[in-house]
Amino acid sequence: MMKKVFGRPRSMKGNIFHYCAGCGHSIAHRLIAEVIDELDIRGITIGVPPAGCAVLAYNYFDVDMIEAQHGRGPAMATGIKRVLPDRVVFSYQGDGDLAAIGIAESFHAANRGENITVIFINNAVYGMTGGQMAPTSILGQKTTTSPAGRQNVLDGYPIKVCEVFSLLPGTAYIERCTVNSPASILKTRKAIRKAFQYQIDGLGFSLVEILSPCPTNWKMTPIDSCRWIDEVMSKEFPLGVMKDVPAEVSDERKKGDKSHDG
Amino acid sequence: MQGNKIIGEAAIRAGCLFYAGYPITPQNEIPEYMSERLRQVKGGVFIQSESEIAAIHMVAGASAAGARSMTSSSSPGISLKQEGISSLAACELPAVIVNMMRGGPGLGNISPAQGDYFQATRGGGHGDYRVIVLGPDSAQELADLTMDAFDLADEYRTPVMILADGMMGQMMEPVIFKEPKPRVYPESFIMKGAGSGKSKIIRGLILDPLEMEEHNWKLDRKYKVIAQKETRHELYKTDDAELILVAYGTGARIAKGAIKRLREAGLRVGLFRPISLWPFPTNELRDLAKRIENFLVFEMSTGQMVEDVRLALQGRARIGFHGRPGGVVPTPVELANVVMRQYDRKEGIIDPIT
Repeated sequence: MMKKVFGRPRSMKGNIFHYCAGCGHSIAHRLIAEVIDELDIRGITIGVPPAGCAVLAYNYFDVDMIEAQHGRGPAMATGIKRVLPDRVVFSYQGDGDLAAIGIAESFHAANRGENITVIFINNAVYGMTGGQMAPTSILGQKTTTSPAGRQNVLDGYPIKVCEVFSLLPGTAYIERCTVNSPASILKTRKAIRKAFQYQIDGLGFSLVEILSPCPTNWKMTPIDSCRWIDEVMSKEFPLGVMKDVPAEVSDERKKGDKSHDG
Repeated sequence: MQGNKIIGEAAIRAGCLFYAGYPITPQNEIPEYMSERLRQVKGGVFIQSESEIAAIHMVAGASAAGARSMTSSSSPGISLKQEGISSLAACELPAVIVNMMRGGPGLGNISPAQGDYFQATRGGGHGDYRVIVLGPDSAQELADLTMDAFDLADEYRTPVMILADGMMGQMMEPVIFKEPKPRVYPESFIMKGAGSGKSKIIRGLILDPLEMEEHNWKLDRKYKVIAQKETRHELYKTDDAELILVAYGTGARIAKGAIKRLREAGLRVGLFRPISLWPFPTNELRDLAKRIENFLVFEMSTGQMVEDVRLALQGRARIGFHGRPGGVVPTPVELANVVMRQYDRKEGIIDPIT
């Protein structure tokens, strides 16, 4: 008898992705949908897609979705979550959306410790509008609005969202991942799952940053793009768990138990 | 009770469960009042947002999630909210927005003014849309219209604006709160997770121009129904009038004071007061022009509503204008003198445009 070993997640519609070849969005979408299935929360999940390449995310996710204006996802998610605290609410945001036009909404939702999950796709470039400089573009990175390469004196520095947000006492869990290899994809999946689980457990604001390839606007092949993430991007934006308050608390507890035992 | 607090109390009684806002004078008593009252209401949520923009988008989220939602601000803050108001209109989400107007443009000042009429009645943000705009002129109307605003927002799934000014917000008058109507809003519009059923999408982005055009016409059809059914106005001493003052909100209160004095002097002057500023009570005003040919529009602006009066009367009458912009609140005596100068000089009351 044949056994089905791979299929479309239930939380995903059958539509074909409009994303470019080698783009990280489709992988991130799938991982989120898999996690929603795994946690069996499709019926209580509400997603907030951004303006940008992922604006059409609602064509792919088979969960309730309400589009936000550019950068306003976390404000909208705040409104939804406060009215429906038992639902799982996530916003999906790009680097321009989160770190430029919506930095206030994102920063303050994090600071309030809103019990929501933010999936942050960082591809160091504005994708949909055609490859302009992003707040996370690397110094020296050539874009259509930084033709000579990003220069700190003119354009400032790439914003390290995870590091900055980790400083906010309101945040519970922050991790930076990537999707440029099978191993990193599995790791990202785990991070997304943890972020959603923490929200379900009512533990507070969680954010997963995903360094995501954009071959079209980086003007690289998909393979070179994956390599660029390893060799350049992740040097600027180091991967790893930046903050995991629930885990730290439980570690403390374990330590406390031990010392008590001792 | 103070005007701003009346709005807050009326909202609570109308079943408002969500308020987000950012402090700005002269309406700070609204968020203050809501922060206290929403704590006492089951399921009530108050958020002091980081910005006007965040507030309106929080309201959009809360509205989509099924809560009667409100935000309030004053002129510069309302400018910031326009992105969200346009989006609420596009996504057909109900919400109540209060604008306690102050002097402008720019930061202007914090005195009562009526310079946001164009912004409010023409949509205010980008795109083809309208917002229902109600202009109260008393404490009682602040209460009544705020409650009605929630019903209208639900009925037409559209943002509704209360357009008043710092004077309305700060003044104290007795008020009787009416019984709220039970909320009529279909469950199917509420986004609360797909359950075991089909997932829902709320969006304003429609990339196909033909589809977007149809959405625009659909909204337009709705606005036409509103324009037909939801105009409100007050006629004050118009029966024997030879000259009609047209004014709204605080301007109308001043006009009534002026009319009292003018009548004592034997001048037959009446008032047409639009209560719904959009839709503008065009036909009702036009009816007056069948027998009266002198109109004088008074606004605390350089002249905005006067354009709607011109559009309504279409050359059927002479239209004069008196304006005091920038936060100046003239006395009834000043307005009475303006009317007196023009009352007999029928030739003199000429619309400067025509």
